[in-house]
Amino acid sequence: MKIRKYLKRSKPNRSRVGDAGIYLLLIFFGLFMAFPLVYAINGAFKPLDEIFVYPPRLFVENPTLNNFQDLFIIMGKSWVPFSRYLFNTVFITAAGTAGHLLIASMGAYVLAKYDFPGGKTFFRIVVTALMFNGYVTAIPNYLLMSRIGWVDTVWSIVIPAFAAPMGLFLMKQYMEGIPDALLEAAKIDGAREWRVFSTIVMPMVKPAWLTLIILSVQNLWNTKASNFIYSEELKTLPYALQQIISGGVARAGVGAAVTLVMMIVPISIFIISESNIIETMASSGIKD
Amino acid sequence: MKIIQKYIKKKRRDMHMSFKKAKKYKTCYLFLAPYAILFTLFYITPVVVSLCLSLTYYNVLEPPEFIGLQNYINLILADDVFLKAVKNTFLIAAITGPAGYMAAFLFAWFINELPRYLRAFAVVVFYAPTISGQVYLIWAIMFSGDAYGYINAFLTNLGIINQPVLWLTNPKYMLWVVILVSLWMSLGTGFLAFVAGLQGVDRAMYEAGYIDGVKNRWQELWYITLPSMKPMLMFGAVMTITQSFGVADVPMALTGFPSTDYATQTVVSHLIDYGSLRFEMGYASAIATLLFITMILCNRIIQAMLRRVGN
Repeated sequence: MKIRKYLKRSKPNRSRVGDAGIYLLLIFFGLFMAFPLVYAINGAFKPLDEIFVYPPRLFVENPTLNNFQDLFIIMGKSWVPFSRYLFNTVFITAAGTAGHLLIASMGAYVLAKYDFPGGKTFFRIVVTALMFNGYVTAIPNYLLMSRIGWVDTVWSIVIPAFAAPMGLFLMKQYMEGIPDALLEAAKIDGAREWRVFSTIVMPMVKPAWLTLIILSVQNLWNTKASNFIYSEELKTLPYALQQIISGGVARAGVGAAVTLVMMIVPISIFIISESNIIETMASSGIKD
Repeated sequence: MKIIQKYIKKKRRDMHMSFKKAKKYKTCYLFLAPYAILFTLFYITPVVVSLCLSLTYYNVLEPPEFIGLQNYINLILADDVFLKAVKNTFLIAAITGPAGYMAAFLFAWFINELPRYLRAFAVVVFYAPTISGQVYLIWAIMFSGDAYGYINAFLTNLGIINQPVLWLTNPKYMLWVVILVSLWMSLGTGFLAFVAGLQGVDRAMYEAGYIDGVKNRWQELWYITLPSMKPMLMFGAVMTITQSFGVADVPMALTGFPSTDYATQTVVSHLIDYGSLRFEMGYASAIATLLFITMILCNRIIQAMLRRVGN
């Protein structure tokens, strides 16, 4: 026990120089990655004269909320209330992610843990489908949606999101790591397949489905859906905001505010899920 | 005749066997069914339709007209812009693909060693470009061609240039700007999967490794971390391929569409050109099919390489 603790703390096979090098590298690239975000955040609070100042400055000097005020005024004047766009996007994101998580995990579970006829082939097809470009399937997809009568409904976005290939692929890869013995033990104890799935498998792959939630939210939150949705009151937030920004230079300040508003939700969800990933790790006792 | 009969008999027995097996795995099919049905309907069908359309002339208004391989022949022999797009795409993919993949893994690995809260913070910083939607448009301001552009202002202040460089409209620089921005965004999906995957590696394995004489972090990486991350590495590779070959939004947003002299035309932006602007769906489908085949080949090669990891 004592040896274990010692090993964990000091990591005997690490050199100090290596650690220092890695820290430096991380700081350097971290700045590079974060720079545009810092810029976006500062930009949203810049008054118009600071946006166009020369030479350009990164940090805001006289922060103002004018950009956000302007955004609300424009939004308030729009024919369809802002809350409606927000609701549409939130609904699409939440429903699409929830369905995707459930359906893809169920499929991934049996594909990862059972060798049944057709399973391997099906998985291979899913991975292959990941590589087909979405722009070309847009037309066949549209034809299909109009056949089922889903054009101009949110279902044309939500239901296909349930079966996105990425989620199944991700979940299956993680579930392969679950020891078979554990599942067999549960079955010997009399647990049915669904119970094994919901009470053993899913809790074990929590980092995986938090990752899936992050990826799915990120995807759906930015959906413009301009191919399928036409009526104004069904439009999504990114679509509506894009129309606002298209005002050009005069709307530069509002544009910066919009960028920040659109960023906030995926980033917050990301931070929440991420701290959850770390917490599961900390409490599970398997990891550090 | 006898051989055929024997063959049929054997086939029938095989079918019977697999039917029996399938019956045994009834619950498996039940679990997979919701996904399989939706996937077939919304992902397989459109792909198959698009493959068929690639053999036709189809302008969306009139019904498709079968023309055989004509689209492919035109693409390869008569379309100069396509060849340029192929060249650009391969260049972008060859640089951002491997670099992005390795960077995603290395950063995820370094970050994993940080103390808990610092780690959470670092993940946010590194993943931020990918998660924040269209923030890459900021690079358009950075590389703006007038003296107000950050890069231009910076270089002028240093005295390196004395007049603004047209980063986004001069074919000499455009592609490199696109590659830089794509690299910035390329940590992407793989990075996140790696971060979660590294968390899942069994601690006991490392301890066993110390005792067995793993000397430094690189040996630990090669003998313990990488082999236990194989499924994640596979996932990351596939996502990287789709990302790096599918580059189109970034060049279109930064350098215009079509770009000056098609200097940043990629296969996908070529596809968008024919698919959504010229409405030549057959031709666009042929482009997609060629891209698809290339990506599958790439995937094969990379999977074969990944199999050797840790041996």
